[in-house]
Parts: sequence; structure tokens; C-alpha cells
Amino acid sequence: MASENNISILVEFTGGLEMLFSDERKHKLSLPTKDNQGKPVTVGWLVDYLCEEVMKDSRKEMFVLDGHVRPGILVLINDADWELEGEASYALQPNDNILFVSTLHGG
Amino acid sequence: MAPALCAICNDSRALIIRPKNHQKLCKACFIAIFEAEIHHTITTTSLFSPGDRIAIGASGGKDSTVLASVLKTLNERYNYGLDLVLLSIDEGIKGYRDDSLETVKRNAVQYDMPLKIVGYDELYGWTMDQVVEAIGKKSNCTYCGVFRRQALDRGAKMLGIKHVVTGHNADDVAETILMNLLRGDLPRLARSTSIVTGDESSEVRRSKPLKYAYEKEIVLYAHHKKLDYFTTECLYSPEAFRGSARSLIKNLERVRPSAILDVVRSGEDMAKLVPEQVTGISQCKSQKVSLSSADGEEEGAGGCGTNGRDSGGEMADMEKKLKEDEEASSREVEITAAVSSPTNGQRHDRISIKPESGKGKKQESGRKLTRQVLGTCKKCGYMSSQEVCKACVLLEGLNKNRPKMEIEVDAADEESSTLRRKMEGLALAAG
Repeated sequence: MASENNISILVEFTGGLEMLFSDERKHKLSLPTKDNQGKPVTVGWLVDYLCEEVMKDSRKEMFVLDGHVRPGILVLINDADWELEGEASYALQPNDNILFVSTLHGG
Repeated sequence: MAPALCAICNDSRALIIRPKNHQKLCKACFIAIFEAEIHHTITTTSLFSPGDRIAIGASGGKDSTVLASVLKTLNERYNYGLDLVLLSIDEGIKGYRDDSLETVKRNAVQYDMPLKIVGYDELYGWTMDQVVEAIGKKSNCTYCGVFRRQALDRGAKMLGIKHVVTGHNADDVAETILMNLLRGDLPRLARSTSIVTGDESSEVRRSKPLKYAYEKEIVLYAHHKKLDYFTTECLYSPEAFRGSARSLIKNLERVRPSAILDVVRSGEDMAKLVPEQVTGISQCKSQKVSLSSADGEEEGAGGCGTNGRDSGGEMADMEKKLKEDEEASSREVEITAAVSSPTNGQRHDRISIKPESGKGKKQESGRKLTRQVLGTCKKCGYMSSQEVCKACVLLEGLNKNRPKMEIEVDAADEESSTLRRKMEGLALAAG
């Protein structure tokens, strides 16, 4: 029953962040439901996963600084500011849309 | 966790949490309050008068796109009676500006506004790609910033428009205040806080209606209104000092979101304490205007975000560096000269860009507190607080360096293009 062990979500990068992810704005991901300690996967877990498994660019610090999403990058969970959803501790749900927007680029 | 409801309508799900007061809002209420606050800024500062023609400095990036969208909305909603035009600068950076200009062209259609594009190439005879080729990637942002500010004035003049608005936001202003604080440059700190620079008597005024708008909210506004904007970093290196100030601001925001507006307000309060003869800002008017910012030292023009928006202190560094480069390159040529003597003749004019351009004064401006007076550049005739404007100083340096490049290239047919550059330089000087 593979479907029970995986959830699929959509991750989007804009505001210049797509540059770090093979110039692809949208990434459809199939993720395990539990982390290696048996806890449900969270946005914080997703950020690590993105760094380790998805990002081919070596400039990790453009995305994550000191263990946190870099200040100046907005995270929206289903269009809501992640601050309203518990930030990194938010447990991912099937078909979630997680958007990372950089505000650091030119205007 | 039950979704939070909007603090205003108490009906829809809250999607936004406002940095300045932690208010939780739904999409519709956020868009409404964001626009209402810009309207409030515009009306309380009497930024516009009915019938004004306004050029929006448009880069295709988030800030200027949001500015154009909001101004169009407010102009229609509150009958400002403004005639809005998009004004874009083409710095000549392949793969960056040409793409972003495509965005501006789409914006012109979406917002039904006329669009004027002016290029560094036509104004200065140099594209930024050529400038970088000549001087390298280290200080090109200074050139770009100085050229862009004047280019906006020139573009506005071509259109017969006397007021340019730019997309500078609260984060940008806070960043500039911090930079000037860290440099100990009180006059410039004071001027950088004004919402409008120049007054009725100036040829072109500049203002920043988004001065109190958080960058975060600008991005969210663009996202929720699905605005079409361009987001690729400029290909050339960012300025280290501004980059540090920016990181500082962003780190502060994470710990205390209100910090950004607090820095802006502190800057405004400090500005009030700076004597008029230092800033050139007239205190007797209720609305502060800065006389001396024709060179736009306090800020760049909404062009490339973290990059290219330098403040004047860097200009002094730049002039110093220019001179050092000149000296270094003349030493460099000496080695070549040992091989082929004809290059010897080049050496003299390469050393000559320096003091008369007001450099000595400039570097001291933070200490001596000399009053800057708005005049015109004696070379190009555009507004300047110096005898010769910064654009002309930089251009002179660039044009003088051309021969050196040609020695390296060693191509006889480059000569005609050098001549052409020189002619363009002359034409500029005359015009």
C-alpha cells in the first residue's frame, strides 16, 4: 500500500528562488508520511528535504541560513502565511501547496 | 488547528499576518487596507495635484509593478486626475534588462499606460555590459546607479514630465538610513528620509509613495493580485555594504517585525534635528523637500533591488578607486611600454581624472557639513549639486580608459568606434 506511505504535495518557488531549483517553478513531490523517527513530516522537514534532495545548486545559504529559511523568504502554505500555520512545525497534508517567495530580488 | 478569521471582516480565513502590527487579515481586506494606506500616504503628504503628469520609474520588478498597479487603482478610485506614464531605463544588460523590459511592455498593456524606454546606450554611449567589460564587476553598481538616476530625469524631461515616482519601499528606506548611520553621514541620512525630493522649482521631482510599505506586503500584494512581475537578480555583483545593511534589516524583521518602520520613523526624527544648512531641506515648509538631491545620492531609482542602489558615500570611494585604477593601469602600461614605446604617449591623460571634479569636498561632506546647492552640471546641463555631475565624472573616466582597452585589443579598426565614443561624449557635453 504505497499510497498510504506517501503524500504528494506541490512546491513552488518564485521571486528568483526558482534559480536555485533547476529554474523550475513547480515541483510535484511525493513524500513519505513519516520522518525517520516515525513523526509526521512537517514543513521544517520539507525544507531540509529540498536542500538535500531537490536543490542541485550549491548555494544552500541562499535558501537556508543557520538552520532556518533565510530571512526575506516568505513561505505560504495553501496561500496563507506560514506564521499563521505554526511555521516549520506545520504537518504536511496531502495536496498541500507550499510556496516559497523571495523578497530579496530587485524591484 | 482551526483557521484564524480575518480581524477586519471576521468572516473569511486569514491568510496574511501584517508585519507592523501582527493583524491577521483575509486576502480581500489585506488588499483593501494596503491600498488605503498608500492613499493615506499620498493625501497626507499632498504628493500630487489634479492634472499632474506622473512618470512611474518602472523596472518590471515587484516594487514598481505594485506601484503602477496601486496608482492606477487609486487614481481611478479617488479621482486623483493623474496622467500616468511608465518610464523604463534600459541599462543594456543582456539576459537581465531585456527580459525585464518585456515585463514592463506587458504592464503597459495591462495597465493601459504609455511606456517610454530610454537606454544608457543612447544617453551615454555605453551599455552596462560595455561598462563591465571596461571596469570589471567590482564597482559597476555605482556607475549603473548614477547613470540610472540621471536617466530617469532625462527620460522625464523628454516626456515633458516634472514628477517621477519610484518603487522604494520601507525596507529600502530603512536600509539607506542604516547605511548612512553606519557611515556617519547625517546630511544624507536626513535627506534620504524625505518622501519627496526637489520642489516646485526643480525640473524633476522624485517621490516614493511606497515609503511606508513593507517589502513583504508588496510581495504579498503582487502575489494575491496575481501581478505580472519579473524576478531575476541582476547578473552583476551586488554591493557588499548595502547587502549587509539589507541582511541586518531582514534579520531584525524576523525578531521584531515592526523594526523596519521604527527605523524609518527614527530616521525621520533624526532628520528633524539636522540643521537646514546641512541638509538643504527647508524646515519652514510643512512638507519637507530636499533641494540638493539632483544627483539622487540618497537612493537609487527602483531598478534592481539590492543592487545598483548606492548612496553617495560610495561615490567618493568610487572616485578614489577610479583614480587608483588609473594609476595602477598606467603602471601596467609601463610594462607594455618597455616592449612597444608608442603607448607611452597614452599615459598622461590617464592620470588626469581627479580633484577638480569636487572629489576632495565630497569625501569630507560628512564632516565639514558644507551646504549643497542645486545647480546644473557645466558639462551636460542636467541638475547637479556639483559643478560637474557624477554621471559626467564617471563617463569621463570611462571614455579615458577606452584607449587602454584598445592597446590590449590591438585592433586598428577599433579606432573609429573610439572616435565615435568621443564624439558622443562631446555631443553629450554640448547637450
